[in-house]
Formats: sequence, C-alpha cells, structure tokens
Amino acid sequence: MTTRTMGEPVARREDPRLLSGQGRFLDDLGHDALGVAFVRSPHAHARVVDIDVTSALDVDGLVAIYTYDDLTDRLAEPLPLLIPHPSLTHGRTPYALAKDEVNHVGEAVAMVVAADRYVAEDACDRIRVTYEPRPAVVGIDNARAATHLVHDDVPGNVAAHMVQETGDARAAIDAAPHVLALDLDVERSASTPLEGKGVYARWDADDRSLRVYTSTQASTSVRAAIAAKLDLPPDRVEVVTPDVGGGFGVKIVHPWPEEVLVPWAAIRLGREVKWVEDRREHFVSSAHERGQLQHVRVGFDDDGRLLGLDVRFWHDNGAYTPYGIIVPIVTSTQLLGPYKPGAYRVEFESLYTNTVLVTPYRGAGRPQGCFAMERTMDAIAAYLGIDRAEVRQRNFIQPGEMPYDLGLTFQDGRPLIYDSGDYPASLEKLKKLVGWDDFDACREQARAEGRRVGIGLACYVEGTGVGPYEGGWVKVETDGSVVVATGLTTQGQGHQTAFAQVAADVLGVPLDRVTVTTGDTRRFRYAVGTFASRALVMSGNAIAAAARKVREKALRIAGEALEADPRDLEIVEGVVRVRGVPTSSIPLSTVAVLSNPLRYAFDAESARATQFATAADPDRPPVAEGEEPGLEATGYYSPPRATFANGMHAAVVETDLQTAEIKVLRYCVVHDCGTLVNPRIVEGQVHGGVAQGVGGALYERMVYDSDGQLLNASFMDFLMPYASEVPKIEIDHLETPSPLNPLGVKGAGEAGVIPGMAVFASAISDAEGFAITRMPISPSELFDLRRQHEEDTAR
Amino acid sequence: MTDLHDVELVVNGVPRSARVPARRLLSDFLRHDLKLTGTHVGCEHGVCGACTVLVDGRPARSCLLFAVSVHGSVVTTVEGCSEPDGSLGTVQQAFWDCHGLQCGFCTPGFVTTITAYLDENPEPTEDEAREAIAGNLCRCTGYQNIVASVLRAAELRREGART
Repeated sequence: MTTRTMGEPVARREDPRLLSGQGRFLDDLGHDALGVAFVRSPHAHARVVDIDVTSALDVDGLVAIYTYDDLTDRLAEPLPLLIPHPSLTHGRTPYALAKDEVNHVGEAVAMVVAADRYVAEDACDRIRVTYEPRPAVVGIDNARAATHLVHDDVPGNVAAHMVQETGDARAAIDAAPHVLALDLDVERSASTPLEGKGVYARWDADDRSLRVYTSTQASTSVRAAIAAKLDLPPDRVEVVTPDVGGGFGVKIVHPWPEEVLVPWAAIRLGREVKWVEDRREHFVSSAHERGQLQHVRVGFDDDGRLLGLDVRFWHDNGAYTPYGIIVPIVTSTQLLGPYKPGAYRVEFESLYTNTVLVTPYRGAGRPQGCFAMERTMDAIAAYLGIDRAEVRQRNFIQPGEMPYDLGLTFQDGRPLIYDSGDYPASLEKLKKLVGWDDFDACREQARAEGRRVGIGLACYVEGTGVGPYEGGWVKVETDGSVVVATGLTTQGQGHQTAFAQVAADVLGVPLDRVTVTTGDTRRFRYAVGTFASRALVMSGNAIAAAARKVREKALRIAGEALEADPRDLEIVEGVVRVRGVPTSSIPLSTVAVLSNPLRYAFDAESARATQFATAADPDRPPVAEGEEPGLEATGYYSPPRATFANGMHAAVVETDLQTAEIKVLRYCVVHDCGTLVNPRIVEGQVHGGVAQGVGGALYERMVYDSDGQLLNASFMDFLMPYASEVPKIEIDHLETPSPLNPLGVKGAGEAGVIPGMAVFASAISDAEGFAITRMPISPSELFDLRRQHEEDTAR
Repeated sequence: MTDLHDVELVVNGVPRSARVPARRLLSDFLRHDLKLTGTHVGCEHGVCGACTVLVDGRPARSCLLFAVSVHGSVVTTVEGCSEPDGSLGTVQQAFWDCHGLQCGFCTPGFVTTITAYLDENPEPTEDEAREAIAGNLCRCTGYQNIVASVLRAAELRREGART
C-alpha cells in the first residue's frame, strides 16, 4: 500500500523554503518598482478644504501625486459594499482617496509615487492639506448618544439594526423562577499580522494585461474588483497572492484603496508600482475588531437550565461598513454555543464611530458572543451555588439531538443547524485534562500558602466551512508528479501540505510527488477566499473531488492498457496495478502519457504517445467521445450549509495579592474539528489562536482618545504576547466527523481564540471572588476592581 | 540627488559593496540592494524582531541600523544560517522538525536570534529557551513549537558535534 498520510502529522512541505529565506512575500518582489506612500488624515473627522502639493513638486525622484480629483469613472465612486444585508440600511464605504471628508485618522488623502518609498515619504511631508476639523464620535456610548454624527445622512449613527428571535424570550424570562441581568464590555483589538498589506502591479502595455500581486485572503475577488473599478476585461487581469505573512481576517477585506490605486497608477504611468504598508499605517488604516457593549437578561429554573435569553448589544463598526455586518451577525448567532437557550431573542445595533473600520479578526464576533454566554453561565452557577461545569452540562445540546436546528439564520444566510458534536464527551475530557474536580483542594492549598489562584472554563461552537463553494484542479504530469491548484489563498495554514495529503491519498501517490498552488488566478479562476475556518473544508473536499475524477480516468485508461477491469485495479506508490497481481502494472506517468495522444515528440515520454508509437484502434478517434486529453480534472465542493466545530478551554491563573498581576499557570484545550488531516497543523492552529486569546483577554486593546487619535499605534504600545506571556498549552482532541462533507472535516483556524476572553474572565473571577465583566483586563484594572469590591462589601 | 556613500561588508561570508544614501536602512540594504529578502521587516521600530540579523556575531535589529553604520562588519542573515551546500542549518532543521513556523514571516528573525543564542548557551533548559526567544514576536504559533525548536536545535548541535 502507498503510505497513507491522511491523519498523520507529516512535516510541512512549505517549510524548507520559508526557513532558508527563500519565501516570496509581497515586498520580496518588485525591487525596481516605483514606491508609493500616502498622505493620511491626522484628524478623526474633518472636511478636506485644500490640498497643496506645490512644495512637493521639486522633490528629486517624484513621479506623481494623486488626489481624489484625479480619480476617474468608477474609481471615483465609493469602494464596494462587499456583503449587503437587508438590515444594513445605512451602509457606507470610503472613497479610494478621501473626497471632501475624512472619517478616521489614517484615511488616505493623497497618493505619492516616487523613485522609492523614501522619496515618496519626502514628498508626502511637503504636501499641505488644510482640514476643517469636526467633532469626532469615539466609543460606543458616544455613538449611541449621537450628539454628533459620523455621516451626516446616517441618523443616530446606526448603520444596521437587527433582531432575531426564536420563541418568546421576554415572556419566558418574565415567567422564569430566576432572572439575572449582566452588562458586559469588550474592547477593540486587531488581527495584527506580522506582515502588513502590500500591493505590487505590473501593466503590460503590449498585451494590455495587468498583473497584480497582493497580500490578500481573496485573490479571485480582488481580481474581479480591480477589473470592475478600472474598467478592464476580467480576462486581462491576473491577481497573484505570494507568500502571506499572516492574515487573521484583516486581509479578507477588499479591495482596499491601495489594491485599486496601485494598479491604476501602474497603468497610467506605464511603470511597475509597489506599495508596502508600514506598521503605523496598518494600525490606522487597516481594520480592527471586537468592540461591543452587551446587555444580557436570562431566565432559568432551579437547576440552572435556561428558559429564556434576551441579548441586546451595540457593535462599533468604525467609520465604514465595506464588509457589511458579518461580525455582529456572527456574535448574535454563535453566542449560543453548545447550549439550548430556551426562547432566544437577540437585538443589535451596528454603530458608526470616527475610528478605523471594523471587519472580521480571527473568531469574527464569536469571542464576544462566547464571552456573553459564558459569563451568563458562570453567573447562573454563582447564583444557584452550582458547579460551573455542571450548569453547562445541564444546558448542553445532546449528541442524540444532532442535527440540531437553533431556529436562527446564520451569517451565510442559511439556517443555523449544528451537524455534529459530542459536548458532554468534550467536557468530560476537559475536566479530566485540567483536573477540574480536584481544583477546590488546589485553591485551598494555594490560599494556605498566601497565594490566590482560580480556574475557569469556557465552551464554544464555531460554524466553519461556509459556502458558497471552492474548486480544485488536479493533474498528473507525464513524469508522474501531481500538480494541484485551488483558488483560495494561504497565510500560514500549511495548505501546501494538507491539500497535498488529500490529493496524494486519493491518487495513491507519495506525498512528495504533489505540489500545490493557492491564490493565483492564473492557475484557478473560481474561488471565494480564506476566512471562516473554511479552507480545508471547502478546498480540501474540492481537491478530493477532482482527484477522484483523475483516479477514475487513470483506472479507465490503465484498464484498457492492461486489459483489465478498472474495478480490479489499485494505485500504489504511483503505479496502477491489478489487485493481487503486482506484475500486471503500469505507472501513472505512463497513464498520463497515454491520456494525451500526440503528433509531436519532444522527449522520450511524449514519443511514446505519438501516432506511430501506439497500437490504437484506427477506427476510433484518438480522444474518445466525451473524453478530454490529459490526466487532469476539476472538482468543486459546495455545501448546503456550514459545519460546526466546537471546543472547550480551561485556564488556571494566579493573581498577585499585591500587584494584581495575572499569571497563567495552565491552559487546557479540548478541540473537535472532525476528522484530522494533519494533527500537527491543527495543533499549531490551536496554539496560535490561544495566544491571540491570551492577548485579547490580558493585553491587547486599541486605545483611542476622545479626539479619535489612536494612542498606541505601534508595537511599543499595543501589547501583543511574547513567548513570556503565553503559557504551555495542553491539548486533547475529540473527533466527531462532519456528516456534511466526504472528508468529514470541520474548520480549525479560528478555534483557539474564541473562548479566550471568557475563560480568563471565568478564572480571574474564581480567584478573586467577584465577576469580571470587561475585557481585556490589565493588572491596574484588576487592582481597581479589587478596591471597588472591598468598598462594596464593606458597605 | 542624495549623497551616496560606499558600504563594504561581508554578508554570509561573501564580501559585498554598494553605494547607498546615508539614510538607507540596513534592512532595506540587505533586502533591496543585495536582494537577500529572507530578512523581513515587521514593525520598522525594533520591537518585533523579524529583521534580526547577526552583526559581527551578535543579534541586531536591521531596521534600526543604517547600512553605512555597519561598514566593515560581518553580517549573517537567515540565508547564511543554512549549510554551505544549501541544506537546512541546525536551527532551520529544528524548526522544520518541530513545526516551529506557520506563515514564516517572523521566522528568519527567530532563526538568527537562536543561532547566536545557542553559541552562548548550547544546552538551554525549557525556561531558558523561552526566555531566549522572548524578544521576538510571532502572531501564528503561540510560541509553543518555537520553544521546542530551540531545544531541538540544541540537540541537533550536540549530535553534529559528536559526528
């Protein structure tokens, strides 16, 4: 048998290149391209009165300066609203360059093209923009108060208002034996990949074609957007995604202004043009996330079972809504986690502020929803004096109840129906892993030693692998190697390995014979993108479908050559053979040769396929009716709806009695993403997510002042976890295969981050003896909360 | 046009020279003048460590140095951490063995940092390994497998020394 690699922790195929400095990231390309820099607004809200470029014009090496007035046709219109929704009644998107008004610090006002980035920045420094500042709307409270408006034509600063309800939640709560209310607060954070965005464009005036390299999560859609904005035939636009230094959501938004402006300038100038975002630009002109205020009312019985849940929340969507209201929709639906809520009502407002726009960051609204639900579970447990794990257990959807219809509409417009999962089994594993039932003794012992420790847990369910579709193309070359392409992109998830495992497994070839290309519109033209933990579910199944077609064709051709029934054939280590008769065999490479009858020979392999070399039936066409030359196929996967992964995390923390410093002693994860294709890659994904969860709970926040200045727009001041802040992560897996797709897989990319805030809030609350309701939490905030709590209890 | 200055230095064992403006950063000089693009720039202010190279054997943030300021120095980049035959060096091999990278953008800075560290401390404990990499940011891995990579690299060095 061919060594099967599915399910094995094989080492990644992409690593040697990346490790030896041979990666090709955006700024590794186009060394001779012109450099671009932008003049960006220093004001959060202002009228642009005048742009004076006079003193920039004599900068040596300046090539061009563009402002809004230079933009023509569709490029002069606002950028697209990518995901419209009926509830998004007041969607607003920016112009590629500000027209008359700026709505956040960092909005691009003028574009400078010069010999290199240094010179472009020199010119930017000399451009004088006159602004007429207007009052800035910062923070959810101010947005709700609507004393000032972000957009004059958006009343109340409300971009969207949405309600979903299943049952009569308010009546159920009013009738419940017990009712609790919680007010919760989650601050802003951001994806913050180590590589920012970047765009490099080349216009071929002879061919009238454009090639654009961009650090994106959605190359085919960027291509469509560029073609539309620049009025080019889509066939004349290629978009190539090189190695991408992390995305985590921020690079799914498109087209960013720079993604249309840089190609536009390249065409106008007939020169190669490149823009590479610097770190400060990334902070003030890319996207943020999180940022919600929540009010929860819950009614429950004496056992802690939910009877009714009524959630209202206010979501800060920043200055514009190019990505629609995906984040709050996800919060409102995924909030329910693994629980049966009884009757459920959720209502949200998505609000404009004069801050950087808000679009999905890993987890995409789920961390906020998980925070709301899990804080509620802990509140019920505390109120009734029941163990926190037990309350959760009592509210779980049971495995026998799958598929479970929650009666809501999910972010893909499809019904929210969980397909699989065994939540009680996951919780058992987690309790065992962390030693939940023994922790009371640990807490007491620590207390006796003068230390304060606490344990927390949090559960989540994550809809992954949303449609509409992805495709895969698989080809066996005449040397027996296999090339695979899929349209979605890669930002470090190991697609060159996992997708190769899928193809190698179906085709019966060694893994090292398979090469995978992603995110290149020259290689695969139809795709959606890499987001929502969907790549393996979507492209994995599409590649498997394509590989199965190739396999079928290979067996058919081999069957003719071997005069055997294809059903009696197997493929082992790249050789097709009659099962049980190893001597009767033909290499896949030869099958590939036979699949493509030739007139011309250019090497020994092709000579074997020419018209005088084969003993083909002279009365039949060389390519049979219904067949196509070549051993290749394209396959697509389009699911009816999302598949639902889940997980449960537990953390043990110690809070310093004097300084209120929060130290993570243990972090345990039980994770269920269905069938594991490569456990090593899955664990890596979980690790990274957990680290971002630690950051979101304890460190990361975007600090805006009341004028809309982002005060911590650098890595000096925006605190991301270093190795010293991330604890050792202990992981156990449960595998409940998804019944929705042939591979049985569910997504894993976002999982690790989702319960981070909730689990730390739970653990810190346990250590301190009062409820934490606001995330992230710093030592000084915890110190203040302690004092507040002491004052309250003294009274 | 800006005044240009001669810079001569040894990069990965090869003498290199170029004429560059005084303000040319070492990171840009390596990446765009010498086309050694393995050195990455993540923050341009010396915090993330992706641009770390070895200057005369010691880790330095190439985004905080001017090319002219290392005139006459010996510089090692991630490309120079491979074996002479182009195969992976011990630290690189350890990262591959341990899944110590995901997107790979921050990785070169870790590889150079750890290479210098193991010269100083060939047998680190797990805590020491964690401390050794605590000046570099990674957004993908949660550092779990990078810590493992440091220990694995130390092991590979010891094995290499024995053979």
